Amino acid sequence: MRRSVIGGAKRSSLFLLNQAHRSLLSPSPPPLHHHLGSSPSSSATALLLLLRRLSSSSASSPPPPNMSNPVTVQSINPKVLQCEYAVRGEIVNLAQRLQEELKANPGSLPFDEILYCNIGNPQSLGQLPITFFREVLALCDHPTILDKAETQGLFSADSIERAWQILDQIPGRATGAYSHSQGIKGLRDTIAAGIEARDGFPANPNDIFLTDGASPAVHMMMQLLISSEKDGILCPIPQYPLYSASIALHGGSLIPYYLDEETGWGLEVSELKKQLEEARSKGISVRALVVINPGNPTGQVLAEENQRDIVEFCKKEGLVLLADEVYQENIYVPEKKFHSFKKVARSMGYGDNDLCLVSFQSVSKGYHGECGKRGGYMEITGFSPEVREQIYKVASVNLCSNISGQILASLVMSPPKVGDESYESYSAEKDGILESLARRAKTLEDAFNSLEGITCNKAEGAMYLFPRIRLPEKAIKAAEAAKTAPDLFYCRHLLNATGVVVVPGSGFGQVPGTWHFRCTILPQEDKIPAIVSRLTDFHKSFMDEYRD
Amino acid sequence: MAPKGLDYELLNENVKKVQYAVRGELYLRASELQKEGKKIIFTNVGNPHALGQKPLTFPRQVVALCQAPFLLDDPNVGLMFPADAIARAKHYLSLTSGGLGAYSDSRGIPGVRQEVADFLLRRDGYPSDPELIFLTDGASKGVMQILSTIIRGPSDGILVPVPQYPLYSAAISLFGGTLVPYYLEETANWGLDVNDLRNAVSQAKSKGITVKAMVIINPGNPTGQCLSEANLSEILRFCYQEGLVLLGDEVYQQNIYQDERPFISSKKVLMDMGPPYSKEVQLVSFHTVSKGYWGECGQRGGYFEMTNIPPKTVDEIYKVASISLSPNVPAQIFMGLMVNPLKPGDISYEQFIRESKGVLESLRRRARIMTDGFNSCRNVVCNFTEGAMYSFPQIRLPPKAIEAAKSAGKVADVFYCLKLLEATGISTVPGSGFGQKEGVFHLRTTILPAEEDMPAIMESFKKFNDEFMEQYEDHKGYSRM
Repeated sequence: MRRSVIGGAKRSSLFLLNQAHRSLLSPSPPPLHHHLGSSPSSSATALLLLLRRLSSSSASSPPPPNMSNPVTVQSINPKVLQCEYAVRGEIVNLAQRLQEELKANPGSLPFDEILYCNIGNPQSLGQLPITFFREVLALCDHPTILDKAETQGLFSADSIERAWQILDQIPGRATGAYSHSQGIKGLRDTIAAGIEARDGFPANPNDIFLTDGASPAVHMMMQLLISSEKDGILCPIPQYPLYSASIALHGGSLIPYYLDEETGWGLEVSELKKQLEEARSKGISVRALVVINPGNPTGQVLAEENQRDIVEFCKKEGLVLLADEVYQENIYVPEKKFHSFKKVARSMGYGDNDLCLVSFQSVSKGYHGECGKRGGYMEITGFSPEVREQIYKVASVNLCSNISGQILASLVMSPPKVGDESYESYSAEKDGILESLARRAKTLEDAFNSLEGITCNKAEGAMYLFPRIRLPEKAIKAAEAAKTAPDLFYCRHLLNATGVVVVPGSGFGQVPGTWHFRCTILPQEDKIPAIVSRLTDFHKSFMDEYRD
Repeated sequence: MAPKGLDYELLNENVKKVQYAVRGELYLRASELQKEGKKIIFTNVGNPHALGQKPLTFPRQVVALCQAPFLLDDPNVGLMFPADAIARAKHYLSLTSGGLGAYSDSRGIPGVRQEVADFLLRRDGYPSDPELIFLTDGASKGVMQILSTIIRGPSDGILVPVPQYPLYSAAISLFGGTLVPYYLEETANWGLDVNDLRNAVSQAKSKGITVKAMVIINPGNPTGQCLSEANLSEILRFCYQEGLVLLGDEVYQQNIYQDERPFISSKKVLMDMGPPYSKEVQLVSFHTVSKGYWGECGQRGGYFEMTNIPPKTVDEIYKVASISLSPNVPAQIFMGLMVNPLKPGDISYEQFIRESKGVLESLRRRARIMTDGFNSCRNVVCNFTEGAMYSFPQIRLPPKAIEAAKSAGKVADVFYCLKLLEATGISTVPGSGFGQKEGVFHLRTTILPAEEDMPAIMESFKKFNDEFMEQYEDHKGYSRM
């Protein structure tokens, strides 16, 4: 049975299990009527019910000196309480405790290291940065060495040249200054040229907003689109929980559409239509459609034909298409290619007047995996000047995104070319990483598929596998008795037995009654065999214990 | 055709309401003029490197090495980088898990947070818990994070000084709260009167608004005053009585240009007061690498420290931080370097001191040149810039000028600042962007233009102002018609 809408408390029930796990953090029932003023809205009432349901204790804290203390859990913004982000949730906290335990008492656990497969953070697992990118960044950070003779002994000639080019695009060559709130103009020119080279259609530097990673860009769009729980955003289920969290923080309604696991996490326009109509019939004004391509956590790469249908659907229904394209470089199967939604829309003959489209890109993913830099951009097309002005204004309140991340975003969209001194080492590094990721994806996929009761779709792209586990009734009962969701129960056992950290499917959403977990393909290749054997041994003993 | 998702009419009203003057009409006009080839002196943003201030050498060396760690293995690295920079780069890389390219803990690298805690202990004489320190992409992000946690809706009020730095008004409208103003008293050197605070709170209450927090900016932006210890303890006592969380914007703590009132942190004053205050008053204080003699605005590095915030609330703030994964790592290293600077005896120490002293002493002289310059102008009065990076002179606009502004459809100080920009290329921010008492007009300039340019800038300002006053002032003086 599929869950339908999703507004106020019902919406949250999608992630209810998840919230329930955090029962220790659950607040006691707040005097919401008092706080929300004399006429509590329906959402406030719904929220109240939700919070009551989640409450585990009703002990009230002793009265503070005078009035209520302003930032207790009872008095903070309830939208903050409501949002969830499982990628760094309970399992990760447990992993950190185990890591400390290992440090304090080596040999005290059945494994000697924690393997973080919960988060797409490649360099934390030993992936090396692309040398050329880092050379340029170092030179831009310390430009006084650029014209020293010794520098040529330490840095490649094209990195020195690129650093000069970039510095010349920055007013006063000041990498320590706030930039234009959209990002340095010259870097946006470079990025626009990169998009143009990728798509074969023109890109305008004024459509580009550089941001501290893609996540703040997503938040910015949600802030703009959502005024209340009457505003709905169509999101895939399973989804990357940034979307559910951001929608909850901004007080909107998540309208789920389900990806079809049977067809390799296929995205059916008929499902979009059905969910849209259902939401509309409940009085929700659906504003945008989120598509994650390649998929996170599901790893599918959309076919161009499918993308055309999606574009057509958004155009017809007047939805903003929010295209999360941060994994565009991560494609692992020869039969699939990444096509940006902008390219697809333009090739259908649709221009600015036909479709509002936002494409998100990040320096954190791809072969470069520069998560710590917090670089990214969004390209917005089809927006009226007034709306664009609003986006610019909101961006300007935060002054600008970090310059190092801006520079890196320009490098990612304009890497060395054939003939450049660094081209060969750059390509070797890039291909090495992508080929290895493809092998790791395949090895892990095969390993999962060989286990009893587990099926796993191919990771055609992105950085994750999202296997489905058919848990025995006995395991589900045991989970219930332990007051945890069955998938969390499984993941916790896995962590305790093997040190492998994965994220339960409930953090991403899944068809009710099915159970999954997300596992990155990022541990270094030499560790994969050990992970496979640990997973296999664990799963066997888990099944032996709980098999019906 | 169906309405589209981003039609202007459908946008979040809170977004539309936001105003942020620092990059508003004046800035846009200045950018246009610059494109047309006019020389513009940008004094609208506290952005020192944009106006020629050179970065401190040592931190840039360390961060460059962290960006390119393969240099550390190069036998020739010592030709270009001093040994202490190399050692420091290794130190910071060892604190990360995966160098600058990996997300850190969402609160920031634990080792850097420990360095911040050590700094706070040295600065205040009281221990600080690194678990209650969160690193952020600049202080603005931290302020927004805390305000979004506090504000539930329009009936939640935040006490904000007027004039204020418009980040606060912008963030409060964005999150749909209510700004409750308290006025700084210009004639008392932008002093803060606790009785006014009380009035502001009770007025807000009568309108059904619960005041939940109070913002102080010390040293002041745009007003440049430094709060005294006595004044701070009055404020803290007030927060205790009213149950307010105090948000202490202390980003200008290194920028002090007089000796009577050195910077003293809210945290230190609170701890000095002892219980019950030190155990009860909720305090969040903010700091950044963008100001001080660092001025590393482009890095977007900052932190906030929480005092007396309940653990469950801290968990919620952590959760929201985790949705954005982590603050940028290079700026975290800058923060580590700022709070844990070189020590006497280190190879680079002397250069570091020379550079940082050079910046601060020059800023001190510029603060003087600027305020003296304003005070020598007709119908302009300006309090001395005791700290921060701004002067905020009052411009006594003649009634005729106010009328001319009205017929041009402009607020009077916007009118004045636009004229100033067109005539001199000096790009300032009108006082109305910060808030001011009705009928009183100001502008904000930074004190950041290069010292050698300062006399010429003040001269061209004076010339413009005199001509402006000549044009609009009735020689009968101030009598209203």
